[in-house]
Amino acid sequence: MAIVQDIEIRDSAARAAQAADELQDAVGEKMVLNMGPSHPATHGVLRIVLELDGEIITKADPDVGYLHRGDEKIAENMQFNQFVPYTDRLDYLAPLANNVAYALAVEKLMGWELPPRGKAIRVVACEVARISSHLLGLGAFAMDVGATTVFLYTFTEREKLYNLIELLTGARFTTSYTRIGGQIRDLPDGFIPALNKFLDEFVPQLDELDRLLTRNRIWVDRTKGLGVISKEDAISFALTGPNIRGSGIDYDVRKARPYLDYDKYDFDVPIGTVGDAYDRYLVRNEEMRQSVKILRQVIQKLPDGPIDVQDPKNMPPHKPEVLMKMEELIHHFIIHTEGIDAPVGEVYFGAENPKGELGFYINSKGGGVPYRLKIRAPSFVNLSILPKILPGHMMSDVVAILGSLDFVMGECDR
Amino acid sequence: MLTLDLANQLKAKFGDLISGPAEFRGEVTIKLADAEQIAEVCGFAKNNLGFNYLVDISSLDNYGEDPRWTMVYELRNLTTNAELRIKTDVSEEKSELPSVLGVWATSNWHEREVYDMMGIRFRGHPDLRRILMWEGYPYFPLRKDFPLAGKPSELPGVAFTKVSPMEGGPFVTVASGEDAIHREPRVRNPEE
Repeated sequence: MAIVQDIEIRDSAARAAQAADELQDAVGEKMVLNMGPSHPATHGVLRIVLELDGEIITKADPDVGYLHRGDEKIAENMQFNQFVPYTDRLDYLAPLANNVAYALAVEKLMGWELPPRGKAIRVVACEVARISSHLLGLGAFAMDVGATTVFLYTFTEREKLYNLIELLTGARFTTSYTRIGGQIRDLPDGFIPALNKFLDEFVPQLDELDRLLTRNRIWVDRTKGLGVISKEDAISFALTGPNIRGSGIDYDVRKARPYLDYDKYDFDVPIGTVGDAYDRYLVRNEEMRQSVKILRQVIQKLPDGPIDVQDPKNMPPHKPEVLMKMEELIHHFIIHTEGIDAPVGEVYFGAENPKGELGFYINSKGGGVPYRLKIRAPSFVNLSILPKILPGHMMSDVVAILGSLDFVMGECDR
Repeated sequence: MLTLDLANQLKAKFGDLISGPAEFRGEVTIKLADAEQIAEVCGFAKNNLGFNYLVDISSLDNYGEDPRWTMVYELRNLTTNAELRIKTDVSEEKSELPSVLGVWATSNWHEREVYDMMGIRFRGHPDLRRILMWEGYPYFPLRKDFPLAGKPSELPGVAFTKVSPMEGGPFVTVASGEDAIHREPRVRNPEE
């Protein structure tokens, strides 16, 4: 049985006079529009209060803090090692890199330096995390703009990375891999061949990603000239990571103040020219290739030897000896109940994380607990530029600009 | 060392106001005696010494000591990579110091965060609202006299007011002589 339905055809010519009246009302009136905190393009729980004149944004007021868990307060109430799992939950797209940055910060306070193999393993962890985070960043960016396919490609690769991370740490997501002065375990058997296999397969996939996006007319039209950040603004707002490099400033913590022997690896720091969303995309894309380059060098010259700091007084004793010897057992209990014996002093350490410079300011009054631990979260700082760059853009460009800034609210809100 | 020279230049300019420089783990820290001068010192450091980049602002609560607050500014020169830390004390009665927003735009959100967490106000900040906690929250949670477990507040923002449906823990079995099905609290209603 056929269903008959009346359809009203809007005759625009007939309604022109009425439409003009409506337009007259709208002109000069600004609308306030709430975006988020639950919005697919806000990558978590960012809320932005937009003031619109028609479709043009005149004012933007980001509202952060929906994911605030008080990590800094928590850190003041526990030993240094106990805080490692909390760092997983900062930038939860690259937990390995956070673990490493935190461990390095406390080691700087202790005045420790890891043996070469320990450093090399941490470089592997950092670069794997970087590729994983950039893959998600680009996939989500493309999906926000409308290219859903890219997301499927990048997630396939991320899945392989998660398998690698599981092999390395035992967990896929909340890795908690490092300890102060080392990591929980050495590279497992079969990790290097698995990493090699991944790298071999990943580069063609990256080329595929390039072909999908870099010269894609729609993608270029959608991202070029969007969310331009000038060099001066990038410095003044203290952006870090791919966002400052997209604006043409050659600043990478791995080059500027090398840690983990990054100065011994040969890699380039890609920078943009204009500072728009497209440049930030290109920078991230190229950074993944550079990470592959670094990983191949690590594999090639992976040193042998210990992976932990050799400081018997402050490092936990080896487990087999704890079970057999009295002194080691006592030491084991002391170190796990009192924590490491940190000196009095204060340090700041920043590491080049996928999202930017993740820094820890640690103020210690001695003992195993920090007096104050401040987290300098790159996403927090990067988002503070939104009120500056959003006005003047169309409403629909907000998602593209947010995608190009690649932030994580877990880190922003701490 | 380059950074030490810069710190000494700052000292030469501002004289007795600046003490230090102290060095620990390769980092140079200077202390400013008068917090009211922080904007001038930072402005001089930026314009004359090339510290064009503000990495971070943190705050310390020296609970039980006077002055109670210490502000910590991490400065950096992006070209030479010199880093300098400026610290300055603020008393509890005053709890206020000038904003450095005119020097670096990034300090906007950092200062809002310090205000939100510690309750230190910044004079000259155009938009000093809470940032991580909600508007109208009555406490400053990062102060040392604020308990880790938090304090109840009557203000809106608390989303969960009812007993959560899985309270008691779905993965906790109850020790008893019962069989496995009855030891599993998931099958039981929490009201029972």
